[in-house]
Amino acid sequence: MNVLNFINAFFSDNAHWQGYDGIPTRVLEHIQYTLMALGIAAAVGLPIGLLTGHTGRGGNTLALIATAARALPSFGLMVLMFVLLGLGLAPVMIPLVVLAIPPVLVTTYEAMRSVDPAPVDAARGMGMAEAEVLFRVELPVALPLILSGLRSAAIQIVSTATIAAYVSFGGLGRYIVDGLYQRDYEKVVGGATLVAVLALATLGVFWAVGRLTVSRGVRRSG
Amino acid sequence: MIRIDSVTKRYPDGTVAVDRLSLEIPDRSITVLVGPSGCGKTTTLRMINRMVEPSEGRILLDGVDIMQQPVNTLRRSMGYVIQNAGLFQHRTIVDNIATVPRMLGWGKDVARSRARELMERVGLDASLAKRYPYQLSGGQQQRVGVARALAADPPVLLMDEPFSAVDPVVRKGLQDELLRIQEELGKTIVFVTHDIDEAVKLGTMVAVMRTGGRLAQFAPPAELLSNPADDFVEDFLGADRGIRRLSFFPSAGLELLTTPIVAVDATAEQIAARGSADVPYLLVTDLDGRPLGWSEPRDLTAGQIEPERLLPYGRPFVAERDSLRAALDGAVLSPTGWAVAVDGEGRAAGVVSQQTIGEAIRGAHAAAPVDAKAGR
Repeated sequence: MNVLNFINAFFSDNAHWQGYDGIPTRVLEHIQYTLMALGIAAAVGLPIGLLTGHTGRGGNTLALIATAARALPSFGLMVLMFVLLGLGLAPVMIPLVVLAIPPVLVTTYEAMRSVDPAPVDAARGMGMAEAEVLFRVELPVALPLILSGLRSAAIQIVSTATIAAYVSFGGLGRYIVDGLYQRDYEKVVGGATLVAVLALATLGVFWAVGRLTVSRGVRRSG
Repeated sequence: MIRIDSVTKRYPDGTVAVDRLSLEIPDRSITVLVGPSGCGKTTTLRMINRMVEPSEGRILLDGVDIMQQPVNTLRRSMGYVIQNAGLFQHRTIVDNIATVPRMLGWGKDVARSRARELMERVGLDASLAKRYPYQLSGGQQQRVGVARALAADPPVLLMDEPFSAVDPVVRKGLQDELLRIQEELGKTIVFVTHDIDEAVKLGTMVAVMRTGGRLAQFAPPAELLSNPADDFVEDFLGADRGIRRLSFFPSAGLELLTTPIVAVDATAEQIAARGSADVPYLLVTDLDGRPLGWSEPRDLTAGQIEPERLLPYGRPFVAERDSLRAALDGAVLSPTGWAVAVDGEGRAAGVVSQQTIGEAIRGAHAAAPVDAKAGR
């Protein structure tokens, strides 16, 4: 019963690296679910967060919605959606998106609110249009915090996307669900390890994105 | 010319920030709005570039209502400088300054070379161009703020307490720099401050505002100091307005005595000849003519004058350039009661007594109860 032995055995088995149940396929599926859920959450959360943060209106409503959304259990929501909508990707995506929107939305709002008002006032005073103020003055300064919101959303999705396997979808959850059912703990541990590695890789990706997109002037002074 | 025509700003909660204010802001000069907090000076400034919209009244720019043109076109024609500079921290210094030219559609290279030109104009080292705002001191950041406002060469410059967040030494440097830049560029500057000394130093015209957004007095600083309109203005000017008013009288007319000055290598005959009953002291200078200190003639022995045993001579004033205030200050600081006048190179040009300065002050008051601004 050594976890390291399980991990070693799981990853050294050639059969685990091929076919529709192979590690590359499952990892790719998992990444697909994650990107899709994160994409939808960002498409909803970022514009609302940027706009409410920019205008400073609707902050209380946002906090309320976010708290409510956080209270929803992802697994329960998925089962409910499955019952309501039947087999399909939607019952999987809805709980993941609901999980990811609060961190994206709230952090984006907070990030925009925390921008120093003086440069914003200067920008307006020199005749910048509102959209320019938002994208050229506020966003570059708010970016590190916004990215941190997206990052924690991404990590939550990566770890929660395992539930897709319960409603017969793929992803790394397959190993955990199947392994538990088959009492194949090697598989369970292997799947869990892969999820952890993927979460760490997500951190790395966001670190790199931050290095590329955040101005040196903001990074050093933050 | 900017004309503020009976403008009122009333907020939805009923607060009146500015109350029927009328002002004519002359071209190519510095007009200072000064007053205690809550007097509406910043609101007034912000109405000129429509950061705040007036509730009543009009503001005319060269005879045209500012509401006639699109708001961002109006703002781009006016430089805007705020208290903490408000620099864009994600942009380099040169790109901060190039902001408005870029907005006006200038090419990147043209805008940047213009920005470098302005860095020089406001006294910033060219090596700072690629730095970010966090790497600059508060005073340097404020210089960048001024350069950024000047970048597109707007005829009007609006400055909202631009120097109040820096320490007094840096502030004085920034004020002198602004006066120098203004001499070169001749902008129409509206400058808000709560500091009456800053207002008197910088303003061609000073508008004193009182709580409730009303104009208390609008006058050149010398007139403000000589004829405050009411108790409020007088209180606001502070206790020593009489002394400060002397800044506006030139010292040029003072009669300087050159007799009681001897060089450190003076002979006994020279010492004896230069001492007189009228002037109980002699000013000793070094061989280049720079003052060393005062002494009574009988304490001086030819060939044995020890500079360190002389009485201090206070702070000399520059003849012809400094004001009567500087001359009086020099006389008050000197233990002998005599002020030392020097030329541009610091060589003693003559000495003058408190009594003579006193007569000059009386004469100046009699001749010109309200005088034009002279050396500050």
